[in-house]
Amino acid sequence: MQELKAKKLAEMANLIRRGAIEAVYSGKSGHPGGSLSIAEILAYLYFEEMHIDPQRPALPGRDRFVLSKGHCAPALYAALAHRGFFPVEELRTFRHANSRLQGHPDMVGVPGVDMTTGSLGQGISAACGMALAAKRQGQDFRVYTIVGDGESEEGQVWEAAMFAAHYRLDNLCLFIDFNGLQIDGPVTEIMNCTPHDAKFAAFGWHVISICAHDFDQIEAALREARATKDKPTAIIARSVKGKGVSFMENQTDWHGKAPNDEQYRQAMAELRAISEQITPKGDVSHG
Amino acid sequence: MAEMIATRDAYGKTLVELGGQRDFFVLDADLSKSTKTEAFGKVYPHRFINCGIAEGNMMGVAAGIAATGTPVFASTFAMFAAGRAFEQVRNSIGYPHLNVKICATHAGITVGEDGATHQCNEDIALMRTIPGMVVMSPADAPEAAACVRAALDIDGPVYIRLGRAACPVITDTPEYRFTVGKGQVLAEGSDLTIVANGYMVHLALEARGLLAQEGISARVADIHTIKPIDTELLADCARRTGAILTAEEHSIMGGLGSAVAEVLGECCPVPLLRMGMNDTYGKSGNVKELLQLFGFTAPHMAEKAKALLQKKAAR
Repeated sequence: MQELKAKKLAEMANLIRRGAIEAVYSGKSGHPGGSLSIAEILAYLYFEEMHIDPQRPALPGRDRFVLSKGHCAPALYAALAHRGFFPVEELRTFRHANSRLQGHPDMVGVPGVDMTTGSLGQGISAACGMALAAKRQGQDFRVYTIVGDGESEEGQVWEAAMFAAHYRLDNLCLFIDFNGLQIDGPVTEIMNCTPHDAKFAAFGWHVISICAHDFDQIEAALREARATKDKPTAIIARSVKGKGVSFMENQTDWHGKAPNDEQYRQAMAELRAISEQITPKGDVSHG
Repeated sequence: MAEMIATRDAYGKTLVELGGQRDFFVLDADLSKSTKTEAFGKVYPHRFINCGIAEGNMMGVAAGIAATGTPVFASTFAMFAAGRAFEQVRNSIGYPHLNVKICATHAGITVGEDGATHQCNEDIALMRTIPGMVVMSPADAPEAAACVRAALDIDGPVYIRLGRAACPVITDTPEYRFTVGKGQVLAEGSDLTIVANGYMVHLALEARGLLAQEGISARVADIHTIKPIDTELLADCARRTGAILTAEEHSIMGGLGSAVAEVLGECCPVPLLRMGMNDTYGKSGNVKELLQLFGFTAPHMAEKAKALLQKKAAR
């Protein structure tokens, strides 16, 4: 990947992380851990991969994104805001009464949100419906979705997996955010849903395993997904829950709570420091 | 003798007719022979999607298709549409107010031999609580066809309850006008009103005949739309006849009886009796046996009406 592009994407992922922390801090509630683990995937999808137009969020032929793990809305809202779907300042209204930024994504109220999600296991089914509608109606848009590894304990995920393979939805690309943690502890201890790769392969999917924080791997996987015919693609993306904030990384406790004032300041300082490493002060590409 | 047609048959036939005029998808969960969506699948295979025995996923797929702008009819038995997939219907279809028409067949005890696991007496109660969901329970084949057609013109989710058993055609009269949310008075009367829907409507007309032989004048109102309910007509029935008997092939908790009680309680309390499944499960048996067993017959209804009149007189 070109250095400039890599820097731009890294900066976008950093902005998504800062936006997610800002939102959860302002809302005094939300899910920072899983939001931070999907920042690179969202950055690549919204700033590189998907054919979308913030000026026309309901364009019929646009690519679709469904955040099946809807509790990570803070990251999605941050990506949408930075992509220009609504003002970045609005992130501070997250989870407040009268804000359109509901605790979980609401397609009716928020421009750019393609599907209402939040109840685990349901988004992937909707993504299947969108992909099938495209195929049956001769449209060439693609559908992307992120399912959490914990979420994959929901039976509906596997109903959808069966459906997508049966109807050869090669326009559907699924990321499993494999951060290894769920609310009550490590997924392997609470309800072991591994191995995802063998399961999806057995269900008839094309499977790719990557590091969720490596843009070269994300890019290569999406290219491979696009080239794969007659099969949906599952990208098993090994991630770090809480990625980018030292005290949140790999900590189950940070699944669903807001940072206090001190923690917020530290988290933002750490993320700004990462940003400065990506684009040192004076670099014209910054901001 | 009126023609006998099941409302599910009218649904299947209407889908095929509409298929030539309008763009929509039809989804089923391996019950297309029973729900009667099979015919649509044969004529329009490109717009028919069998989702297999996975109702939760089917509702999600329906939501996803509807989110791209094309309406969807999704069918399975009422037990699995409203029961098993309740939460998917609520969160993936109801909350985003998507254009999905859930047409659920095999509702109530007239499922017959399959027994309690397949006889859903709770679907109306469940669907009625979902904000924005229109809920209909047609009385016969023409009314079922009208409901299905009307559903396609509604921008949002609709639940239509359909039956397995054939029942007589009663709404093919020149006076009959179908409007969503507006009940229909099928016969006039002054002593009480039998407010019914679905399979119970033709029994209500029969009961009216029995009551007439004893000098009792019963009005019969067909409330095909349980939500939004026709408050105006119910208030009119309460004022004019002073007593209401509700009749439904559903639990008396949460269905038509409850909906009517809510309206009457708030606007015009009059003596009320509710006829339906009373905190119980169905059983196996043929339709005739089951109707007798659970008291869903015209003579039973006439007896209830007389009990109601005693209540009215004691006031």
